[in-house]
Amino acid sequence: MTVEIHDGTRWQPVCSLDDLQPGRGVAVLLPPADTQVALFLDRSGALYAVDNRDPFSGAHVLSRGLLGSRSGRPTLASPMYKQTFDLIDGRCLDEDTAPDGTPAVLRRWPVRAAAADCAAAADSPNPRNSRKEERA
Amino acid sequence: MTSHPAEPPEPPLDLVLVGHGMVGQRFLEAWTEQPGARRRRVTVLAEEPRPAYDRVHLSSLFDGRTPEDLTLCPPGFLAEHGIELRLGDPVTAVDRAARTVTTRSGARLRYDDLVLATGSAPFVPPVPGRDAAGCHVYRTVEDLDAIRADATRAVVAGGGTGIVVGGGLLGLEAAGALRATGLTTHVVEFAPRLMAVQVDEGGGRLLRRRIEELGVTVHTAAAASGVATGPDGAVRGLLLSDGRELAADLVVFSAGVRPRDRLARDCGLAVGPRGGIVVDEHCRTEDPAVLAIGECAQAADGRVYGLVAPGYQMAETAARALAGRPGPGFTGADTSTRLKLLGVDVASFGDPHGTAEGALDVLYSDGRLGVYRKLVIGADGALRGGVLVGDTDAYGTLRALATAGRPLTVPPEQLVLPAGSAAAGPIALPDDAVLCSCHNVTQGAVRAAVHEQGCESVAAVRKCTRAGTGCGSCLKQLTTVVTEELAATGAEVGTGLCEHFPQSRAELYEIVLVTGITTFSALVDRHGTGEGCDICKPTVASILASLSNGHILDGEQAALQDSNDHFLANLQRNGSYSVVPRVPGGEITPDGLIAIGEVARDFGLYTKITGGQRIDLFGAGVDQLPAIWARLVEAGFESGHAYGKALRTVKSCVGETWCRYGVQDSVGLAIELELRYRGLRSPHKLKSAVSGCARECAEARSKDFGIIATSAGWNLYVGGNGGTTPRHADLLAADLDRETLIRTVDRYLMFYIRTADRLERTSVWLERLDGGLDHLRAVVLDDALGIAAELDALMARHIDSYQDEWAATLADPDRLRRFASFVNAPGTPDPAVTFVPERGQIRPARPDEDGHVLPAPAPVLVAGPRLEVLAK
Ligand SMILES: Cc1cc2nc3c(=O)[nH]c(=O)nc-3n(C[C@H](O)[C@H](O)[C@H](O)COP(=O)(O)OP(=O)(O)OC[C@H]3O[C@@H](n4cnc5c(N)ncnc54)[C@H](O)[C@@H]3O)c2cc1C
Ligand code: SF4
Ligand code: FES
Repeated sequence: MTVEIHDGTRWQPVCSLDDLQPGRGVAVLLPPADTQVALFLDRSGALYAVDNRDPFSGAHVLSRGLLGSRSGRPTLASPMYKQTFDLIDGRCLDEDTAPDGTPAVLRRWPVRAAAADCAAAADSPNPRNSRKEERA
Repeated sequence: MTSHPAEPPEPPLDLVLVGHGMVGQRFLEAWTEQPGARRRRVTVLAEEPRPAYDRVHLSSLFDGRTPEDLTLCPPGFLAEHGIELRLGDPVTAVDRAARTVTTRSGARLRYDDLVLATGSAPFVPPVPGRDAAGCHVYRTVEDLDAIRADATRAVVAGGGTGIVVGGGLLGLEAAGALRATGLTTHVVEFAPRLMAVQVDEGGGRLLRRRIEELGVTVHTAAAASGVATGPDGAVRGLLLSDGRELAADLVVFSAGVRPRDRLARDCGLAVGPRGGIVVDEHCRTEDPAVLAIGECAQAADGRVYGLVAPGYQMAETAARALAGRPGPGFTGADTSTRLKLLGVDVASFGDPHGTAEGALDVLYSDGRLGVYRKLVIGADGALRGGVLVGDTDAYGTLRALATAGRPLTVPPEQLVLPAGSAAAGPIALPDDAVLCSCHNVTQGAVRAAVHEQGCESVAAVRKCTRAGTGCGSCLKQLTTVVTEELAATGAEVGTGLCEHFPQSRAELYEIVLVTGITTFSALVDRHGTGEGCDICKPTVASILASLSNGHILDGEQAALQDSNDHFLANLQRNGSYSVVPRVPGGEITPDGLIAIGEVARDFGLYTKITGGQRIDLFGAGVDQLPAIWARLVEAGFESGHAYGKALRTVKSCVGETWCRYGVQDSVGLAIELELRYRGLRSPHKLKSAVSGCARECAEARSKDFGIIATSAGWNLYVGGNGGTTPRHADLLAADLDRETLIRTVDRYLMFYIRTADRLERTSVWLERLDGGLDHLRAVVLDDALGIAAELDALMARHIDSYQDEWAATLADPDRLRRFASFVNAPGTPDPAVTFVPERGQIRPARPDEDGHVLPAPAPVLVAGPRLEVLAK
C-alpha cells in the first residue's frame, strides 16, 4: 500500500504504509515547493497529514510529536512547547493564536493509502481510504 | 535443625509440609502467624529445585520476567521462622502407623502433623508419541524453559509451528505465549467450543473469533489422536481424530490437570472418584494427623479446585485447625476466572451456565464491536454469575455482586448494556461483597483500611489487606473503591494522571508491577480509556522501561517516547538536536577530549561544557545522529541520557587523589555510581554529585542524591535540588561504608521510582512523603515496609540488563530507519534549519537572518567544518 497526499492539484505518492509506525509520525517533503507535511498513522489504522511547522516555535517539528486523544478526538502534541492540536480540524486546543498573532490552526492535507498497483485510481474500494478522505 | 532456646523444655512437635507450591507457601505464612507457632518445628519437603513461586504468572516468563521475579518466599522468611526447606527431594512414601515420611534421597522424617500440598499434574492424553522430544506440559519454570528453547530453535530455523492441545483457560494462555515467541500457533480442542467450562456457546463463538484475529488457528471438536515423529524421534506433527495431520515443531499438552494424590492413595487414605485427597471442612483427612490443602485435595463440598484462591483459603483453614483455633472452615469457593495474556478479554464468574433452578439469562451481544455479556439472574433476583467476552471492565464489580448474593438494586440490563459497563463505579456494592477473591478481601475490609488504618493510597491498602496482590484482576475495582473512600474521608485525592488514566503514576507502576503488562496498549485498554496523550504515554513508557528494561525504541514502546527519547537526543529551538556522550564522574582522558572535538569539528557542531561536567554538541540534524554516534561509540563513548527522564550525571570534585583537603576518593565513587545507575528511567531526571570533603566543591547537597566524604566513610544526602526552587538535600545517613552506601542509594532510588508522581523531583516527593525523612529512613535502612528485598532485586535487574541505547540502536537497521529527515527524501537536511556563525562556532539563525543549511555529512568524513566560520 502506498500512502498518497493530495497537494491541491494531484495525489502524490510519499511512502509505503509499512514505513509508518502507529502512534508516531514522519516528515514529508512535498515538491515542487518543498512544503513540509507531518504524516501520522494511529493505532486504528487511520492516516492524518498536517503542516509540519509548529506555529508556536516556528520549527518544522510536528512530525516528531505524539499522537493521542482528547475527549475522544484524535490529537497531536507538539514536541517543542507541548501545545495540543485537534487532528480533525487542525485547531490548537490550548491557545487560539500563535506568538506572531496568526490563528493557531494547522493546514490539513487529504491523505489516503492506495494499493501500489492502482495508485492512479482515485476511488479505491478500501474502506480506510474513503474514511480518510471524508475526514480530510 | 534450628533450635529455639526460648521455648519450653519439652521437645517441639514436628510439622512436615510436603510440597512448596503456592498453597504450601501460603500455609507457612498463615501458620507462622498463629499463636504458639514456634512450638512446632517445621520442615518442608519440596520436589521442585526452587522455593515457591507465582505459578499464576508463569507465562510472564515469556515477557522477560525471571523466575526470581516470581518468587513467593521472601528472603529471610524461612530463617526468621526457623523453617527448614529441602529442595529437590520429594516424598516417596508415607507410613501413617510409624508417622514417618521417606524422601527420594532416602531420608526418613518423623511427623506429628503432616500437611500434603502436592498440587496437581498436567493431564497428558494417552496418545502414541506423547513422550517424543518436542512434547511439553505447562506447569513449572522448567517446563517453560524447555518450551522456550524448542520454540527459539524452531523460529531461528525459519518459522516453526506450535500446537496446544486443549482450549481451556490454560491452553489459551499457553497459545498466547507460543504466539508471542513467533511460532505459528494452533489450538486443538476436543469440545465444540473454547473454554467450555467457563463460557457458554454464544460467548465461545465470539471468543473464537477474537483468538483467531490474533493469528491463532483454532480447531474445535477435534481430538489429538497421536504425535507424529520424524526419523530423529522428535515431533513432526499432530494427528487429529478426523484423520488430518498438522505439521508442528512442538506440542504443548494442556488438557486439564489431575490432583497429585498418589502419596495418600498409597498409604490408604480416601481419594475422591475423580481424584483428590478427601478432606473435611478443616482440611483434615480421615487420619487426624494428616491434612491436605490446595489442588491435591477434594474439599468438603466434594470439589477439587484448580484455582489458587480456594487453595489459599484452605491454607488459612488448615493453619488455624493445627493451631487449635478452627474457624468456620472451608466449605467451597467461587470459581470466577479471567483469561490473562493473549490480548483477549474473557471472564466468567459465579455460575456462568445458570444451572440453578429458575435462573434466567440477560444477554447483550454486539458482533461488530466483538462484545458479549451474559448475566445469570436467580429466581430471587440476585446476580448468580455471568460471562463477559471482549470487554471485561465490569468484571470486578459483577463478580463481587454475584458473590454477595443479594437481590440487585438496579435493573440487570443496566449492567450489560454498553452504558452500564461504564457505570461500573456507581453501582453500589454491599460491604460484605468480596472485592479480591485471591485474598478473600471484602469491600468492607478495604473501606476499613482507609478509615481505620489510615491507608491513603491503593498501594497502602494493598500492603495492609493484600487485596490486589494476587492475580491483579481486581485492581481496577480496588482503585475505584479506595478513591471513593478517600474522597469520602475528605482526604485529598490525587487526581488521575490525565483524562486517559484515573490512576496516579505510582498506582500505574503498581499495576504494571503486579500484572506484568508490557505494552501501553494493554494498559490503556484494560485500565484506562482512549488513545493516550503526551502526558500518559511517556509516563507509561518510563514505567515500562524501569520495570522491564527493554530497548526504548523497540516495538510499540517507540511510539510512546517523547521526541527526545525517540531520537535519543535533545530537541533544540530550531528543530535541530544536541548530543551528550556520557563522561562518568566528569573524568575524561585527553584522547577522549580529542575524539569529541574531532566529531564536533567534522560535523560542524557547536560545543559547550555543561553544568554536569560533560560536553554538549549542538546543531545536529536527525539524519546526522547515527553517523555522529557511530563515531562516538567507536571512540568508546556511550549515551549520556541527557534526553531522558533518567540519571544524568554524578559530578565529582577531584577528591583525595589530588586535593590537599580530600579524605576519600570522590572521583572513583562518582564513576562507580554513574555506571551503576546509568540508563535508570525515573519519574523525572536524577542528578547526583560526590564531594571529597566537607568543603563540598561538587555541590552534592543540591542534588537528588549527594554524597560527601567524611574521615569515617560517606554521608548520604537526599532530596536536594537546584533550578527554580532550590532545596538543600537532607542527611539520610552518616558515615556509611561503601557497600551500605550503595545499597541505601539503590533502595532510595527504587522507592522513589515506585512511589513518585509524574515529573516529581525527589525534593518535592520527599516533602510530600508521609512521615518524611524518618519514614524514608525506616524504609531504606530498616526495611519497615518489607519491600527492601524487592527494591534490591529491581535494581539488580536494572544493572544486569543495562545496555547502551546508542550502541544498540546502531546495531539494528530497524531502529535506524526512523532517523530520516524526510520519509520521501531521507538525507535531505531540513531546509528550515539554518545557522549563522558566532564567536567561531555556529548558532541557529533568527527568523530575520539569512542562515546556511548544514549539509548532511558524507558517510566518511575527511574535511573540516562544513560551514564557513568567520572569525572576528
Ligand atoms: C500457567 C498457569 C496459569 C495459571 N493461572 C491461574 C489463574 O489465573 N488463576 C488461578 O486461580 N489459578 C491459576 N493457575 C492455577 C494455580 O497455579 C494453582 O491453583 C496453584 O498453583 C495451586 O497451588 P498448590 O500449592 O496446590 O499446587 P502447586 O503450586 O502446583 O504446588 C505443588 C508443589 O508440590 C510439589 N510436589 C508434588 N508432589 C510432591 C512430593 N511428593 N514431594 C514434594 N513435593 C511435591 C510440586 O512439585 C509443586 O512444587 C494457573 C496455573 C498455571 C500452571
Ligand atoms: S570537596 Fe574537599 S576534596 Fe573535593 S575538591 Fe573541595 S576541598 Fe578538595
Ligand atoms: S482477585 Fe486476584 S488479586 Fe484480587
